[in-house]
Amino acid sequence: MAKLDLNNLTLAGARDALRAKDFTALELTEAHLEAMEQARALNAFIVETPDQARAMAKAADARLAKGEAGPLEGIPLGIKDLYCTQGVATTAGSHILEGFVPQYESTVSSQLWRDGAVMLGKLNLDEFAMGSSNETSHFGPVTSPWRRQGSNVALVPGGSSGGSAAAVAARLCLGATATDTGGSIRQPAAFTGTVGIKPTYGRCSRWGIVAFASSLDQAGPIARDVRDTAILLRSMAGFDPKDSTSVDRPVPDYEAALGHSIKGKTIGIPKEYRVDGMSPDIEALWQQGIAWLRAAGAKIVDITLPHTAHALPAYYIVAPAEASSNLARYDGVRYGLREQGRDIIDMYEKTRAAGFGKEVRRRIMIGTYVLSAGYYDAYYLRAQKIRTLIKRDFEQAFAAGVDAILTPATPTAAFGIGEKGAADPIEMYLNDVFTVTVNMAGLPGLVVPAGISAEGLPLGLQLIGRPFEEETLFTLAQVIEDAAPKVTLPEAWWG
Amino acid sequence: MSVDQETVRRIARLARLSLSEADVAPLQGELNAILKFVEALESVNVDGIEPMTSVMPMKLRLRADEVNDGENVAAVTINAPQSEDGFFLVPKVVE
Repeated sequence: MAKLDLNNLTLAGARDALRAKDFTALELTEAHLEAMEQARALNAFIVETPDQARAMAKAADARLAKGEAGPLEGIPLGIKDLYCTQGVATTAGSHILEGFVPQYESTVSSQLWRDGAVMLGKLNLDEFAMGSSNETSHFGPVTSPWRRQGSNVALVPGGSSGGSAAAVAARLCLGATATDTGGSIRQPAAFTGTVGIKPTYGRCSRWGIVAFASSLDQAGPIARDVRDTAILLRSMAGFDPKDSTSVDRPVPDYEAALGHSIKGKTIGIPKEYRVDGMSPDIEALWQQGIAWLRAAGAKIVDITLPHTAHALPAYYIVAPAEASSNLARYDGVRYGLREQGRDIIDMYEKTRAAGFGKEVRRRIMIGTYVLSAGYYDAYYLRAQKIRTLIKRDFEQAFAAGVDAILTPATPTAAFGIGEKGAADPIEMYLNDVFTVTVNMAGLPGLVVPAGISAEGLPLGLQLIGRPFEEETLFTLAQVIEDAAPKVTLPEAWWG
Repeated sequence: MSVDQETVRRIARLARLSLSEADVAPLQGELNAILKFVEALESVNVDGIEPMTSVMPMKLRLRADEVNDGENVAAVTINAPQSEDGFFLVPKVVE
């Protein structure tokens, strides 16, 4: 079988072919290592782990030969460099963590290895997952494999899981881990024509994942289709006593939810998601998505989520507040960078100023300000009350019989590297306007490609579900995937 | 609300971030842009609304109060920029 074929398989296809002995896990891994090396121009990986990948693939082949294959046996994956990996450098995209080699493995990645997956390397991301374009990484921006029709302008893959989305879309891995605090799984998935799900808060353990905003952070997968995403989530999800907000309930077989009828399902269409500045392509896509679900037997109802517009500003209080607290640990004492100072305070201040990039420093400053004496009630407490209202909006819609909500994933298609946010940070923050509500309410949200913009770039739709009803999202997403024109991923111009 | 340059310096000090004089004015502008963006929240009626403390209704679990980890000093200190005999080294704090 030609190498190209091994890179263009779906995860499910590779899994089945490995069991049928069509090729070995080592062959599959070698094909992806080669693709990874040839795609260095995309800057999707911060660390490549070829030796580890080959050792894991050989072990997978041994288990396959003995008939002891796990659910992900021999499947090569990329791991977002926010997940601590034992013995492999973990940077969170930051200078301040350079040289840090975790002595432990994050719960989610350890479950992938338990199930037989192979690690290819660590994927680039916005620094501490703070960004919507992967341009804040200390290790440089990731270039999307996608380009506008007839243009060579380098585009962003979205962020913060930009390396994950780019690597999956460029066929460097069969799937990738990602994390989502305000849209960091779903927006890059939308920008790269891939599928990503942010599960319900508490579904995946946060243990061993570098913290950004703990009440919003959730792990989830990005893959090339709905089925592959469902397969990965099953391995990533599950109770973990080491994460106090991990939820103890059984993990369903998400793949088994695919193909179920959606007849009689009620889909809510929130009018507040029709925002100024939304491209006409996105509006048309949304209407098309509604038509597809209706044609498959779903009942479409207009709903109202009146506090939607407040979600993004409230997020930019809550997330920086939690970040400023979480990032207090980077002080030059226990790990990472240290700059010398004349005393300990001077050492802290110089280390943190040298180690954190511009966007991270900005968010720490805002977070420190909104938590400081005299401002806590006006900002932080008020934002947490508004969060209660945002969640209540969704609860009322679900109580009225809505099974899931359909919205656009992003206000526009992918933009060029350097095009946004240079003068005004808010311009970049507006990318998350459709995704951030879901984190504020702790709900599951899935993005599936649904069409192509006038410039030839992928566009996604978002499905929002009831807590712990990820299965419904997979069922609905599969309907959209089947109805939508098939995504043709870009040919490898990068190497 | 907006911040003046003195507040920017004070917040940087609280956040343990050294700031060059050249950084102050641009940072002030950026922080004020963000504060202006969140100003809209002032108009929301939050009377009688409980602040969110847990996004999923759950009771925090308790575990038995027993030692379940430890004896791994080497693993704990291996990433330290400076350590000696199982201790982290820092600049002198007590004269």
